[in-house]
Amino acid sequence: MSRSDPLISVTDLRKVFAVRGEDRKRSEFVAVDTISFDVERGETFGLIGESGSGKTTTGRMVLGLEKPTSGSVTFDGNDLAGLSDLDMRRYREHIQMVFQDSGSAFNPRRSVGSQITYPLKLFRTASPAEARKKALDLLDRVGMLPSHFDRYIHEFSGGQRQRLGIARALITDPDFVVLDEPTAALDVSVQAQILNLLKDLQRERKLTMLLITHNLALVEHMCEHAGVLDHGKLVESGPVDQLLTNPATAITRKLVDAVLEPELTAAAG
Amino acid sequence: MSADNALDVKNLSVDFHTDGGVVHAVKNANISVAEGGILGLVGESGSGKSVTSLAVLRLLGSSRARITSGEILFRGENLLDKTDKEMRAIRGPHIGMVSQNALSALDPSFTIGAQLVEVIRLHQGVDKATARAKALEALELVALPEAKRRMGAYPHELSGGQRQRVVIAIALSCRPELLLADEPTTALDATVQKQILDLLVDINRELGTSILLVTHDFGVVAHVCTDVTVMRRGDVLESGTVDQVLNHPKHPYTQGLMRSVPRLHPDDASRSVARADRRLFEFHGDTTKEQAEKENEYVA
Repeated sequence: MSRSDPLISVTDLRKVFAVRGEDRKRSEFVAVDTISFDVERGETFGLIGESGSGKTTTGRMVLGLEKPTSGSVTFDGNDLAGLSDLDMRRYREHIQMVFQDSGSAFNPRRSVGSQITYPLKLFRTASPAEARKKALDLLDRVGMLPSHFDRYIHEFSGGQRQRLGIARALITDPDFVVLDEPTAALDVSVQAQILNLLKDLQRERKLTMLLITHNLALVEHMCEHAGVLDHGKLVESGPVDQLLTNPATAITRKLVDAVLEPELTAAAG
Repeated sequence: MSADNALDVKNLSVDFHTDGGVVHAVKNANISVAEGGILGLVGESGSGKSVTSLAVLRLLGSSRARITSGEILFRGENLLDKTDKEMRAIRGPHIGMVSQNALSALDPSFTIGAQLVEVIRLHQGVDKATARAKALEALELVALPEAKRRMGAYPHELSGGQRQRVVIAIALSCRPELLLADEPTTALDATVQKQILDLLVDINRELGTSILLVTHDFGVVAHVCTDVTVMRRGDVLESGTVDQVLNHPKHPYTQGLMRSVPRLHPDDASRSVARADRRLFEFHGDTTKEQAEKENEYVA
């Protein structure tokens, strides 16, 4: 387990939500239950689980969007829990997120260009002219046109929206990106384009990524290491080649069996 | 065409009149569901697969949609010649429908038992007690756990998979000869998806219900279908048995679709490449018309 020098290190992370149960009494719901994993530099770590397994909550805690009940997340050796608000803002420059539905993550009433450049304005890292130039370069890199800068999000298709979401995530030159089901809403031909783009960008920018998904084929394609969450517990983690070919737990086996491959061999026909 | 087809869609064309002009959503499409078969109607967004299935039920609704040509033959009769009243007697008892979003297909303010009973009484004219017994039977058919207690539950009290089972139960309560299922498992977890698909296969085998399954996923097709039709931008590109189309796809678009999907078990060729260098086959699903015509030349 003592792999070299991880960029992200999650230790005994736990999140408990207060809920009202059926009897209207206060009770606790353990969304994430004492999980630990490392994400190596330049690698994609896959976080697998069904809905309600706690994978998105984990992603939000790693990004500092949600405060852990206990446990720690360290980025490059620094514990996020100990950061002041100011330091947390600085940290956010290095971490970004791409959502399943980038369309709803953009403000419909502002041009996409102004939203892509907004982080630069916020962090005061570039003049407006530099910011525009950088955004145009990024638009080009993700396969969009300069003329798209002044358009609005509703004018784009699902695949284009996802490309814009990626451009916005990369504008601050982050070291780490959380991808939450980045292709779940896309057609397969568009999914292939987006996944190839993410791999190219990862190599060019030495990005470290956390891929949250329930699609094991995506994990097989993108990740070297992965972990399986079940009801908030990390039941299994390790190299993907081993995890998916030799699952040690029933839940992983169930997830592997549920993948429908477009081959007729296993099908009942 | 032949007597042993549950459904024959012949030369169907559907246009949408939009502010931006006329969109040909379906162009001269020929689609057949064999009696007792499961046809997978495959395509990406905008291919016309859902419009085709809605046209079969004459549910295109909007005044902007026009069926400009073709025939939809069901039990030897052209559904396009039917009056609205005749169609209402066909939808439900003879052709059932399951949509992608089970939550929006169910009424939030009525219990699922009440919704089932309504459908059964409307179409079968039986008394309340008989309808309730049939409703329970329908829920047991789709293996809804604790069916009796769930009769009194509201849609929001059920999980996504359970809701989809209820929608299937409603569709099957009148024992239709044909079931149209439009992406019935797309919104579900992988493990639940498999359960629902297995349920559809069981129903097909036990009740002999023919199924038209609209999907974008060749994995789903391989798992449940007997035949496949591939559509793109309103055109039917290729049809055949699952074995023909999946093992020997003729059209470059079909080949491209299958190659662009990430696999859980990649072949040896891609395994030999480091994961960081593995790339998915990239092609443009919605290519230009010229490109499409060029592709069409490959198929002779």
